[in-house]
Amino acid sequence: MSVAEDLDRWLADHWDPELGLREWRAVLVDSGWARPAWPGEWWGMGLPPADAAEAQRVLAEAEVVGPPSTVAVNLVAPTILQHGSDLLRSTFLRPALVGDHAWTQLFSEPGAGSDLAGVTTRAERRAELPGDTWIVNGHKVWNSGAQDADHGLLLARTDWDVPKHRGLTCLVVDMRAAGVHVRPLPQMNGYATFSEVVLTDVRVPAEHVLGEVGGGWAVVNAMLANERSLGAGAGTVPVPGNVAGRCRREAAEEAARAARHFSWYPQRYGRADLVAAARSADPLVRQQIARVVTLARIAAWSAGRARANLRLGRVAGAEGSLAKLMTSELARAAAVAHAQLAGPDVLLGDTLTAEILLSVPAVSIAGGTDEIQKNIVAERVLGLPKDPTSDAHVPFRDVRRNGPAEPSGAELSGAELSGAEPSGAGS
Amino acid sequence: MTDPTAAEPDFAFDDEQLEFGRVVRQFLGRRSDQAEVRRLMATGTGHDPDVWKALALQLGVTGLAVPETFGGTGRGPLELVVVFEEFGRALACAPLLSTVGMAASLLTRLPADPAALRYLPGIVDGSVLGTVALGAGSEVDVPAAQAERSGSGWLLTGEATFVVDAHVADVVLLGAATAAGPTLFLAERGAAGLGATALDTLDPTRRLGRLRLRETPAAPVGEAGGARAHLAAVRDLAAVYLAAEQAGGAAFMLETVVEYAKHRVQFGRAIGSFQAVKHRCAEMLLLVESARSAAYHAGRAAADGSAELPALAALAKAYCSDAYVEVARASIQLLGGLGFTWEHPAHLHHRRALSSSALLGDPNQHRERLVRLLDGSHTEER
Repeated sequence: MSVAEDLDRWLADHWDPELGLREWRAVLVDSGWARPAWPGEWWGMGLPPADAAEAQRVLAEAEVVGPPSTVAVNLVAPTILQHGSDLLRSTFLRPALVGDHAWTQLFSEPGAGSDLAGVTTRAERRAELPGDTWIVNGHKVWNSGAQDADHGLLLARTDWDVPKHRGLTCLVVDMRAAGVHVRPLPQMNGYATFSEVVLTDVRVPAEHVLGEVGGGWAVVNAMLANERSLGAGAGTVPVPGNVAGRCRREAAEEAARAARHFSWYPQRYGRADLVAAARSADPLVRQQIARVVTLARIAAWSAGRARANLRLGRVAGAEGSLAKLMTSELARAAAVAHAQLAGPDVLLGDTLTAEILLSVPAVSIAGGTDEIQKNIVAERVLGLPKDPTSDAHVPFRDVRRNGPAEPSGAELSGAELSGAEPSGAGS
Repeated sequence: MTDPTAAEPDFAFDDEQLEFGRVVRQFLGRRSDQAEVRRLMATGTGHDPDVWKALALQLGVTGLAVPETFGGTGRGPLELVVVFEEFGRALACAPLLSTVGMAASLLTRLPADPAALRYLPGIVDGSVLGTVALGAGSEVDVPAAQAERSGSGWLLTGEATFVVDAHVADVVLLGAATAAGPTLFLAERGAAGLGATALDTLDPTRRLGRLRLRETPAAPVGEAGGARAHLAAVRDLAAVYLAAEQAGGAAFMLETVVEYAKHRVQFGRAIGSFQAVKHRCAEMLLLVESARSAAYHAGRAAADGSAELPALAALAKAYCSDAYVEVARASIQLLGGLGFTWEHPAHLHHRRALSSSALLGDPNQHRERLVRLLDGSHTEER
């Protein structure tokens, strides 16, 4: 029997749009049809990717409610499945898929943005504490959804005596634990859809280490790869069109609640659609409208070329890796057009134009700055030599980093050893 | 033009088209290397008739968009986009834009006209060169001359300039004013009162000329009063081909500069390891790939006979013009002093980029056309 027939039969027996949202998701997740490509022992069925895609198609066509499209489901769950211990898998996978747990990433820091491997949030193992515990101190920033999160996936430095990529560890932090302080971070566009998170002597049980101690960089990269594969739409939650039945209605409400954080997201891409529909008699404004339309069309065509070449089994060309730079350029060009089209109304604050102008700067920063992106394109696509680095092969404690005026190298090491490091750490 | 954000089918060249591009590149590598380009650009005619014959007979380049009835293969504009991109890389000195991009495109639109059967087979076998007087702007130059009846025929008087390859064209197509409106005419080389002089051009690898007609006998082509629509359609096709050529030239310059940046050492490092150089190269790659996307999709619109062709031709010509000029300029900068020498090919691409940008309408003109087509206020030729 084909996968589609299997699933159709199962849906006929189990799917009921009048079930409560959580109740239905529990049935779906426990059956394995929520993630059929996952292993059988972890809420999957071990199906090959093509069959899983077929199942996904059947569910979508029948407008069956699935797991929520969240950080927890799209980013954290696959990472836990890939790198987590059995304890972490059994504790966190099912609640994520059902929609019981919300998650946030605790990666970036005020002092570590593009250079994420330079984080200085400190996790120290205190085996003498009850239950073998890590103590975390640090400051995270740009954490989307941290206000509502139950758990955070944290990147922390656990070894200062090895080069920066090797001294990192991923830990699962209970966002309700003592010492976790979440503050909304107001943005230049007036929204506060991200937070900063200050961690002060936060206790994390040793079994909540995700991956290897010292192996945090691999875990984070796996997660960022998941994020990139979701593309530019990640973070937005599609609201189902069909809301017939209690289950779909509750799913739509859940999605709408999540989406309220992201109402400004379309604006950061510049709203080329509005520019294309605009009319102006001013020849200079018309030039800019034409530029925006041109970039919008080309961005879509280049993405299409990348997809088509992939389908033809060809080596990925340059066009796909340039998509992010193109998105930035388009957004900037569109912002210029909006300002020109608004005329004197650009002076007003409470307009869509204002929201666009104040949201576009995000697009060339979030998810890898344009400058980092250009380095990647130049090195990986064009094959230009890497920059010599001064920090990759020395112990992290000797690397120059951000922060308040620091004492000189020798004093710094001494201060850290005597002041911040607990006795016995690293021994 | 439809919603610019609407989804379109994905596009990539098929294996056969890619293979054809490789064949053309190999051919040009053998027969039109840089030394040959430099030799030809100093000659009077500016191209090598033997190479043109080989392109026609061995590769079938001249007949790609000509129906089989007239000796061609009827493959279509997309295959020509492939060829133009390769010609742009090589800066090949040949009457491709004039004869194939313009004259053959125009005659192919008029399959029932005696002129199609009379001249297309010769164009396809490489024995006839042709051109079309389109003018230098984005709006076609109609009429270029006055037509007067003379017995059973017509005599044309007027002048057209910036005519591509006018100095070598065996047949010239142009619009001339008649009582019925601007009508297309064809004059043969050597006709009485027809003079063609080559201009001293910024880009010596593409020749432009001035045509003078003084009571020159010429044959009407197509319907009376129909010149405007035909010339506009040829302008669109030629703009797409030129855009593909620009993308090819830009791609070649980028590859040249990247190779240089990998090996040129200053301050003890390859200069390509400096972010100031790296970022410029990444920006150039974005321009090159975007130019390709624009040219390919405009080519697809041409191949599909899409109603969007005028808008996409304008879009592609504007974008690819700016992209090629910027890539050429940035390349010279990154090559440093070497890039300013006569020996390096950079200045030849710089010349080609600047002149191609102005030919058939500059980017500002095409962007204005694009917006007029977008907002439906365009009432030009069609």
